[in-house]
Amino acid sequence: MIGLENVCRSFAVGDSEVRALVDVNEQIENGEHVAIMGPSGSGKSTLLNILGCLDQPTSGTYLLDGREVSGLDEAELTEVRRNRIGFVFQFFHLVSRLTALENVELPMVFAGTAPPERRARALKAIEHVGLNDRADHRPDQLSGGERQRVALARATVMGPGLLLADEPTGNLDSKSGTQVLDLLDRLNENGLTLVVVTHDPAVARRADRALVMTDGRIVRRLRGKELESIQGIGPGIAPGTTDVTSVST
Amino acid sequence: MRSLLGFALSAISSHRLRSLLSVLGIAIGIGSVVLLTSIGEGTRRYILEQSTQFGTNLVSINPGKAETVGIPGILGGTTHKLTLDDAAAIARLSNVERVVPIAFGQARVQAGELGRSVFIYGVTPDIPDVWRFHVRQGGFWPHGDPSRAQAMAVLGPKLKRELFGNTNALGQFVRIGGARFRVVGVMEPKGQFLGFDIDDSAYIPVASAMRIFNRDEVNEIQFVYRQSALVDTVVEQVSRVLIDRHGGNEDFTVTTQEAMLEVMGDVMNIITVAVGAIAGISLLVGAIGILTMMWIAVGERTSEIGLIRAIGASRRQVQAVFLVEAAALATGGGAIGLAGAMALLALIRTAVPDLPTHTPTIFVVLALGVSFATGIFSGVVPAARASNLDPIEALRSE
Repeated sequence: MIGLENVCRSFAVGDSEVRALVDVNEQIENGEHVAIMGPSGSGKSTLLNILGCLDQPTSGTYLLDGREVSGLDEAELTEVRRNRIGFVFQFFHLVSRLTALENVELPMVFAGTAPPERRARALKAIEHVGLNDRADHRPDQLSGGERQRVALARATVMGPGLLLADEPTGNLDSKSGTQVLDLLDRLNENGLTLVVVTHDPAVARRADRALVMTDGRIVRRLRGKELESIQGIGPGIAPGTTDVTSVST
Repeated sequence: MRSLLGFALSAISSHRLRSLLSVLGIAIGIGSVVLLTSIGEGTRRYILEQSTQFGTNLVSINPGKAETVGIPGILGGTTHKLTLDDAAAIARLSNVERVVPIAFGQARVQAGELGRSVFIYGVTPDIPDVWRFHVRQGGFWPHGDPSRAQAMAVLGPKLKRELFGNTNALGQFVRIGGARFRVVGVMEPKGQFLGFDIDDSAYIPVASAMRIFNRDEVNEIQFVYRQSALVDTVVEQVSRVLIDRHGGNEDFTVTTQEAMLEVMGDVMNIITVAVGAIAGISLLVGAIGILTMMWIAVGERTSEIGLIRAIGASRRQVQAVFLVEAAALATGGGAIGLAGAMALLALIRTAVPDLPTHTPTIFVVLALGVSFATGIFSGVVPAARASNLDPIEALRSE
């Protein structure tokens, strides 16, 4: 379970202070599927970084499974990232000189897992995303969708409780995007907590609920019908029944 | 750790040519140092072998004192030469086994039509025992009073071959410096000593040599002490006898084999320092090569660093990855240099067999160890840069 209480994050830019997150309060239950939406610069990424223990709030508390992680030191945060959190990125972030299987093994390399167990687990994870026949291919021999599926296998191989995805389909055609989203749904059905940052209403509609952010605040929480009817977020979106960009506090 | 190592090495093998070029400096550095020290060590062993072929308990006494200040005869009193009587006095010491007074010089040895200018040693029949070589044919003249000039000579094997060919030389006569000598023996080959051909020389009684070279003193007195005696004790006893005989003046120099080897050690140390300086400079150049390469690698792999931090690599592990990579590069470079030097040494041994070379195992171990240390040294700064990257910033760069 994730609990955010009065989380603020500000950056010093020159003499001025940019407030990326302002008093964010949110609870995400285990096994939930939450989408985070909002225009560029609204604080989605900062929120995701804090949830992923890559960044620390300036003030406020972040509880992960009842443990306060906002006060942890660098080594402890590394430990949390390693064992509790999986990351999926828009640009896949596969290591180009390693094969798909080796990329999946990578988190276990840093966790110090013994090589035979490592290999077995990586093979299982690769099989899970339907790429056993591509295990020995390097990323440049894989399509975009296949790359993201490898990244997905890598994100889940350590058995984390929380998966954070930043625009997971942002670089994919609709067919392979759907494949990736189906995989994410399946993982979520098996109990994995899923937080997805996206611009795409189609992606957001798959979530249990969506958080809409503007200027560092969560300005709306959409569920059910509201979520179903969501049309678009951010610049260049088609006007719809719920144009969230026009919503203000 | 094996897997972390594998991850670090994967970066090297994915840029083979670039990695190879970046370690060229260290390869050339290590290679040239191994080459030079192998030749140096070979030479040292060669000289050591040459010097000790005469035995390690050999001591020589030469007239004059290197440290003496002043002009002899005016300020420093009389300078005494070494005489046959000095040699006889030394021979009476219980720790001294054999003594040979030596008077030498260059002279022409003539046998019939054939003549040859060689080194003539005026010695006593004890010389084979002192220099540890043997007579092949005949023998030395009989022991007796060394002050009696006898007209008998022993020839070195090469001189004998040049003058007499394969015919028997024993009983033949040769002229040395105008005097007639009967050949009584031929030595067996001993080879060269520091490039000087001992086999191409003749041995005659010391008194005869003093007469030919027209002098009343000897050039040198050499003696062999008993194995059981301590070298310092013997030198002290001999010095006391000579000082007594020379009116209280220490106007001679005693050189032991140990002292000679020490001098040689000093020369070798100078060479070692020179080679060390070359090594230092080339390793510095090599280190800069690797530092540059690693610095660029950190820049290129920024997003990869961000990724591995996100999936659970600690700062320390990121640091280790780049340190291992630098160390592996440098050690690989050192190994390439080492292999190159070995190949070159093998080539030298076939092309120039006279040049002594030797590569002790410790050199090989040191070369690789120093390469490894250089790699760690040049990896520290890039590794620190990598481990201090903010993972969010790093992930953003693509």
